[in-house]
Amino acid sequence: MVEISKITIANKVLRYAPILLLFISVLNEFDFNYLELKYFSFNFPFILIFYWSLKKSESLGYGLIFVSGLINDVVVGFPMGISSLAYLFICGSAAYFRNITLNPSLVKDWMFFLATILVVNSMIYSILVLFFSFSLNYNDLLVNLIFTFLLYVVCANLFEIYQRLVFGNQNV
Amino acid sequence: MDTSSRDDFVIAIRSAFLKKETKQRFSLVFLICLSLIFLGLTRIDFKPINYVKISIKEIVYRSSYVVSVPENYLKRTYQAIQSHFIIYNDYFEIKSEIEKLKSQKNVDQFVVNENERLKKIIDDYVADSDEIVAKIIIDKNSPFLRSLIVNKGSKNNVKLGMAVLDGNYLVGKVVEVNYLTSRILLLSDLNSKIPVIIEPGGSQSILSGTGRNDGIIQYMKENYIIEENSTIYTSGAGGLFKAGIPVGRIKIDELNKKNKKVDFFSDFSQLRFVKIKSFKKGND
Repeated sequence: MVEISKITIANKVLRYAPILLLFISVLNEFDFNYLELKYFSFNFPFILIFYWSLKKSESLGYGLIFVSGLINDVVVGFPMGISSLAYLFICGSAAYFRNITLNPSLVKDWMFFLATILVVNSMIYSILVLFFSFSLNYNDLLVNLIFTFLLYVVCANLFEIYQRLVFGNQNV
Repeated sequence: MDTSSRDDFVIAIRSAFLKKETKQRFSLVFLICLSLIFLGLTRIDFKPINYVKISIKEIVYRSSYVVSVPENYLKRTYQAIQSHFIIYNDYFEIKSEIEKLKSQKNVDQFVVNENERLKKIIDDYVADSDEIVAKIIIDKNSPFLRSLIVNKGSKNNVKLGMAVLDGNYLVGKVVEVNYLTSRILLLSDLNSKIPVIIEPGGSQSILSGTGRNDGIIQYMKENYIIEENSTIYTSGAGGLFKAGIPVGRIKIDELNKKNKKVDFFSDFSQLRFVKIKSFKKGND
């Protein structure tokens, strides 16, 4: 009996791992900044949300994504609601892409991810600069975008392996 | 675009944004509207939303501190290893510098006393408030915002605009005060602008952050000659900080000589405790 309950808990943790990872990443902002690599930063939540919304949308609840966006705003110091808006826009974009795609492939996902993050980053930049008078370094934003785009392939492959291990071959 | 492909596009968009998916409690469009409402209320500085914000901040800052423990451990280990490599080389250099400083200190003490007497006469900011020592609970240097969260808030008499020091060096100012926590905007942030004086020469200027680990001297006429390694102090203009808090040294960009960068005395990535202070006039 104890064995069965242990398995169930472990199974649940594995199934909810994407949302847990999202919360840890927004609370922790793990970005390897302490390595002081001058031109390196990426937005892990963008990759995570896009991939899981595209491949297994039930793994990430929209409500929880909204809350994680609010947390990210608090941690980073942005006006509240901006990250939620960006995250939800990514979810919408992934859902739209899922609806129109008949033969999914990593390259197509990757290109659509690029288009999505370009729009989302432009939206964040415009809102922060026009409505909240924030000063943002455009080059930093661009570097962040490029690395987020490049790392999508790496993360997508890792997530796919994880998905196969935990959920089996259903719905990939 | 023919009618059927336009219809497909509309159906796909409607299905993605308006339709509530299975196992989802909210539709996307509802949550997007909610985010926009949050943004709008933040923009107009709506009071109730500020209270909600403060409550969320208190919870999130504490949770973030707990969640960051493993990464912070890794970070400190990495930094400790890195500093061990440079300690040996630095040792002899520091030893000779200490000898020089010891002899200089005696001369300086006389100047400090004299300066204090003169400042009292001209009614300048000299008296320090009780300093508050705060622990840094979050130091997430995002590429867009350079700020820290400390574990002291309005409960400990922290107020907006108070100066934040690392030893005797200025590191930033308080820009957000919650009940138990506060946010410090570092001097390296793009939005940080403080009046400074450059010595020798006494040129007044504005120090702005660059969004990286250094600052830049702005709004200065080109005919002022500033030498490399000139020291930057707060000028006291504007009344926020007292004059003479050391900030950093000038570092002239080799590629663009007009660019006067500032190397801060304090290493913002190594901060663990800071002092929060306000300054008032000597006869207040």
